[in-house]
Amino acid sequence: MSIEEFVSSITASANNQPGHLLQYLYEIQYQYSCIPQQAIQLLAEKLSLTESHIHGVIGFYSFLHDSPRGNYDILFSDSITDHMLGSRQLLEQLCSTLGVTPAIPREDGRVTVDTTSCTGICDQGPAMLVNGWTIAGLDQNRIEAIARLIESDTAVEQWPQEFFQVEDNIQRRDILLSDDSNNGDALRALIEQGDDAMLEQIESSGLRGRGGAGFKTGMKWRFCKQAEADQHYVVCNADEGEPGTFKDRVLLNAYADKVFEGMTLCAGIIGASKGYLYLRGEYRYLRTVLEQKLQQLRETGLLGNNILGKDGFDFDIEIHMGAGAYICGEESSLIESLEGKRGIPRKRPPFPVTHGYQNKPTVVNNVETFMSAALIAIHGADWFSSVGTEESSGTKLLSISGDCEKPGIYEYPFGVLIQDILKDCGAKNTQAVQIAGAAGFTIPAAEFERCVAFEDVSSGGSFMVFNQDRDLLDMVKNFAHFFVHESCGFCTPCRVGSSLMKDLVDKVHSGHAGQYDLEVMRKIGLLMRSSSHCGLGTTAPNPMLDTLDKFPQIYEKRLKHSGYEPAFDLDAALQDARDITGRDDAGAHIRTE
Amino acid sequence: MSGNNTFNLDGKTIAFEDGDTIMDAALRAGEYIPHLCHNPEFSPHGSCRVCIVEANGRQVSACTQPAMVNMQVDNSSDEIMSDRRALLQMLFVEGNHVCPGCEKSGACQLQAVAYYCNMLSPHFTHFFPLRTVDASHADTAIDFNRCILCELCVRASRDVDHKNVFAIDGRGINSQLVINSPSGELGDSSFAATDKAAHVCPVGAILPKHTAYDKPIGERLYDKKPISIVGDVAAHEQDEER
Repeated sequence: MSIEEFVSSITASANNQPGHLLQYLYEIQYQYSCIPQQAIQLLAEKLSLTESHIHGVIGFYSFLHDSPRGNYDILFSDSITDHMLGSRQLLEQLCSTLGVTPAIPREDGRVTVDTTSCTGICDQGPAMLVNGWTIAGLDQNRIEAIARLIESDTAVEQWPQEFFQVEDNIQRRDILLSDDSNNGDALRALIEQGDDAMLEQIESSGLRGRGGAGFKTGMKWRFCKQAEADQHYVVCNADEGEPGTFKDRVLLNAYADKVFEGMTLCAGIIGASKGYLYLRGEYRYLRTVLEQKLQQLRETGLLGNNILGKDGFDFDIEIHMGAGAYICGEESSLIESLEGKRGIPRKRPPFPVTHGYQNKPTVVNNVETFMSAALIAIHGADWFSSVGTEESSGTKLLSISGDCEKPGIYEYPFGVLIQDILKDCGAKNTQAVQIAGAAGFTIPAAEFERCVAFEDVSSGGSFMVFNQDRDLLDMVKNFAHFFVHESCGFCTPCRVGSSLMKDLVDKVHSGHAGQYDLEVMRKIGLLMRSSSHCGLGTTAPNPMLDTLDKFPQIYEKRLKHSGYEPAFDLDAALQDARDITGRDDAGAHIRTE
Repeated sequence: MSGNNTFNLDGKTIAFEDGDTIMDAALRAGEYIPHLCHNPEFSPHGSCRVCIVEANGRQVSACTQPAMVNMQVDNSSDEIMSDRRALLQMLFVEGNHVCPGCEKSGACQLQAVAYYCNMLSPHFTHFFPLRTVDASHADTAIDFNRCILCELCVRASRDVDHKNVFAIDGRGINSQLVINSPSGELGDSSFAATDKAAHVCPVGAILPKHTAYDKPIGERLYDKKPISIVGDVAAHEQDEER
């Protein structure tokens, strides 16, 4: 098929809607290992967009490229937990076996080996994506096998199926994960009780958003219902990008019907006929299964027109793929991305409940929130609110990874103590727990009697354990680099501040920093926290500010002097000259010691 | 009820109309809030963050925050001014801003706001990014070294000129202004020196050619009076043309 034919076929499948641009680009990327210039021209013509607009979208998403990546585009997950499991050594092994330099396509155009932000496989890492497909449980043998498959030019579809096995790994079940209701029970309850009574159930259950922010779900749905418009939308945020989080992957693999039913319940209440599941690009392997589930739901009358025979209860769900952008977990960025644009967070107000997707009232909720809502519809508000704490009703799914014997998914009632979680997952000699991901909180041992709840330590689900042998500065460095990579670049404090912060963390890590640098880090961090445009920028300095307060020793032991150290490194400045001359002898270095 | 529509800005009572942001009402009342990406002719952007104020105890950008009755707005505390200085310093080290050698010096909004906020040095480590100059257009040059990503040219070209000459590519610290033309050069685009987009740049990134030093240092826009009195560069562009 020629490029023209391919582009025409994919745009035709979505009626040439410009809003589907990201979806077209996603398909083209995996067909051609890049977005060829010819495809950009064709899209610009068909969709009446400028080429620079399309380039801007390609440039925004990590998984889209305007130059070829080769038949095999390999991305090692670069989460700190992958590092702890040896991912960097495996990356070096693969690079040296294949004879490639990281991030640069091999000369014959066969393969590129690179890193990517956390792929959500932290309990069974190290992990990688090959052409977007997840491979878990990497070790030296598997890397050797992968290198052989690449050298023999074996199509990824022909690779051993066990490579692509991803386990659910559910270690503890509570009210959500022990669900045994039938498909449609929640919607039958909705039809029986009516929209208003059901919304009251959701409100009185006390359900709050499971993405981490904890906004009251019933209130969000009511605001959206009350907003007058010819169309309302329901969006499920499955852009699970917070490093260390993988519970939505498991819910979508094992409980997708209930998640979709929660979305349909919401649609019935707010009066929406269209919904979207925004699935992060890293979970490409889940897409086919989810499409099949949707088809089954349509065939059994639980999606589509006149759901369960109720006149006018029309709702359907479409899956939209993300393409490697952590910022799109922020709800207004996610909406921009759904509309096919760069994922820049919108100004607020107005909020999505009144002006969301296509500027229409839109509910955006997390995967776990929709599933919880479906079960509340079936079992009632009291059933739900009898579990958890007064301010945080129900349970929370935690994705546990790092230094523990039994990583995986743990469902706990809100209010569970961190020390009890650590005992359950077999964590020993724990130095710290990073809760809520890179943007979250670093909890030292002295605070392990605190609990997971919105009123204490709030979490979207990430729970990474670090034992006494770890250098927490490695974690801080990993997060600092993560935020430079993931900042959208819109506002000054996040765009520039995250880079300045990264450079300072590197300066400390390499043993070149002084006490003054720590003060500058603190100043930048506080400025990012107070003045950034969105939640990414305001939370990005959390790991630095938290560890500066609670783990000052990890910095101080690396300080060169206690006072001021210049950023300029004489020896490093000679690197270009050394590269050009090919020299690396003692005479080509300046000793500053 | 409009009589009740007031808020407090540094002890002064400011009247506002429905739909006003803090910035809209302050500008109308003749109160200066430092800003770079804001231009009252365009919808608010909120990206440079230089207009941060403390409103009811929370830092917000004045250009995007709706005014509310009895809001207490702090526009000049030491903390706010110190944060603005740091944001300006970030903009200075991110690009290559060499004021003494820049033809825009003295008539540059970034420089003027930095003076107003008492920024005396860039403080942070310079990034020294490798950026280019585009002199391909007959009447206008673009020096990307000085772009601060305010997107005023993007907005002007899209919303007023209806040409979409400019766009933003890349992400994060790699975000960059790009030009919509086959070669990526301005001379190859539909840009004209009479475009609105040619007259909104608050720094020396989009420059008219052949007029660089017509107005000598000492007689330039901000040489005698501060920006709080003179106002934005863009507001004076029309006069310059005449």
